[in-house]
Amino acid sequence: MSARLTIVSQIETIAAEQQKKLAPLRDDLALADCGLDSLCFAILVARLEDALALDPFAASEEVFFPTTLGEFIALYERQAA
Amino acid sequence: MPFTSDRPPEPASLRTLLAAREGLRLEAPAVRLDTRELLSTTIFGGRRRDFSRKSALIAVKAQIDCARALIELDGIAARLVISPPDFSKEKLESALAQAEVDVVIADDPEPTHLRPVIIPGAPIPSPVDTAPSLKTQWVMPTSGTTGAPKLVAHSLATLLGPATAAPLGPAPVWATFYDIRRYGGLQIFLRACACGAPLVLSDPDEAQGDFLARAQAAGVTHISGTPSHWRRLLMSPEARLIDPAYIRLSGEIADRAILSALRGAFPRAKIVHAYASTEAGVGFEVHDEREGFPAALLDGSGPVEMRLQDGSLRIRSPRTARRYVGRPELALCDAEGFVDTGDIVEKIGDRCFFRGRRAGIINVGGLKAHPEEIEEVINAHPQVRMCRVSGRRNPITGGLVIAEVVLDDAGAGREKEALQGEIMQLCRDRLARHKTPATIRFVPQLDMLASGKMARRHA
Repeated sequence: MSARLTIVSQIETIAAEQQKKLAPLRDDLALADCGLDSLCFAILVARLEDALALDPFAASEEVFFPTTLGEFIALYERQAA
Repeated sequence: MPFTSDRPPEPASLRTLLAAREGLRLEAPAVRLDTRELLSTTIFGGRRRDFSRKSALIAVKAQIDCARALIELDGIAARLVISPPDFSKEKLESALAQAEVDVVIADDPEPTHLRPVIIPGAPIPSPVDTAPSLKTQWVMPTSGTTGAPKLVAHSLATLLGPATAAPLGPAPVWATFYDIRRYGGLQIFLRACACGAPLVLSDPDEAQGDFLARAQAAGVTHISGTPSHWRRLLMSPEARLIDPAYIRLSGEIADRAILSALRGAFPRAKIVHAYASTEAGVGFEVHDEREGFPAALLDGSGPVEMRLQDGSLRIRSPRTARRYVGRPELALCDAEGFVDTGDIVEKIGDRCFFRGRRAGIINVGGLKAHPEEIEEVINAHPQVRMCRVSGRRNPITGGLVIAEVVLDDAGAGREKEALQGEIMQLCRDRLARHKTPATIRFVPQLDMLASGKMARRHA
């Protein structure tokens, strides 16, 4: 499964578990508006680390915090490449 | 010994401090109060003297009302107990008993208080109080979440510390993501009082963007919060609303990722992370933008004495709290006056790094979770033999709860995803959200120590 598919599927799983209503997951969707709160994002990053063996937030000195879904996915795709 | 000669004289009360410095301005949604108004009005009608030499607990919802009560009653009440906004009813009852509270300041007359309640009203003019001040004891609970609250006794002097001189240059304008009823937030409130600076207070019902817009409109220059507060901000486009000159982090470990992310987002800001706790007081500030702190701080030359003992940081200073209120069986410090912070510190070369809490309390974005409490819930699942809950470092919330589970024979034969779902549902049904494990891993066994206790790794 690609990083993108894994991320989208994990977002949907976590939203269901946490009973959060998701906005349509488009690349230009602001993370702040997607329906997940910071605890949901924390869980997402932890599960993605397990599923993809990637933790882009810890891997580099220069961490930039993504603000849109597209930037979030790109952060993982860049590290996977 | 530091702190003997260069301490400024202690202010008689918060009001005398405000009167001497002026400049304090409190801003809340739809409220803006300057020093003159704060000193010449009362929210207690004609009843301020009812607090004389009494033990009063402040349990109002709005931060601004708490701030006003502190300003009005310091020097009048014998004891002021500051109740945090999320205090449960059980904790409140316990605090009322432990602190021998005579009167409660609240927004409505809650019958379970079993104490007289005074409800703050609209401010009315009040003559300046010229009665002699007494040394009011300030009491705050520690941030632990289980059992009876531990109430920590401070005084205005221990909370203010020696750094009460007004800063050189233009006065800062402060804002804080903290609530002023937490030690970190109270520090900012008192700092604003001491140096005569405006302070923008948030409101629990206010969106982050509205708070930031208000802060920016007030000309905010100095902002404080936990690393989790700052991570939340950085993940929001609202970060662009502010352009602070000074960023302060405290209350959690400031790791390299958050320090460098803040540096990238706020290129002109000075970024400082500070160490403080309700019991130990303010320890130190780190100005070099690196995680951890210089090992040189342990050499006893600084204003605060610090040492490592049994792996944890110990602090002794004029800012450490005096004792716990109503709990004579608990010692706040050792025989030499050092407070064990419980924070595990590792010294590598000339730098010290925080490794976590001795007690293994997991800090999830400022909310605490005790592993044992969660293990108890998971262990209630019929096919779980044992489990170990621990913390895992997380770039968003600082820490996250995870679980390792050993199944019994019946469980071992079942489909793992279904079992994970059942265990998570069990946790969600019985625990606060942040305590539900983010991941559950099934393991064949868990290690045990010679003492018969489970080996724990405290993240």
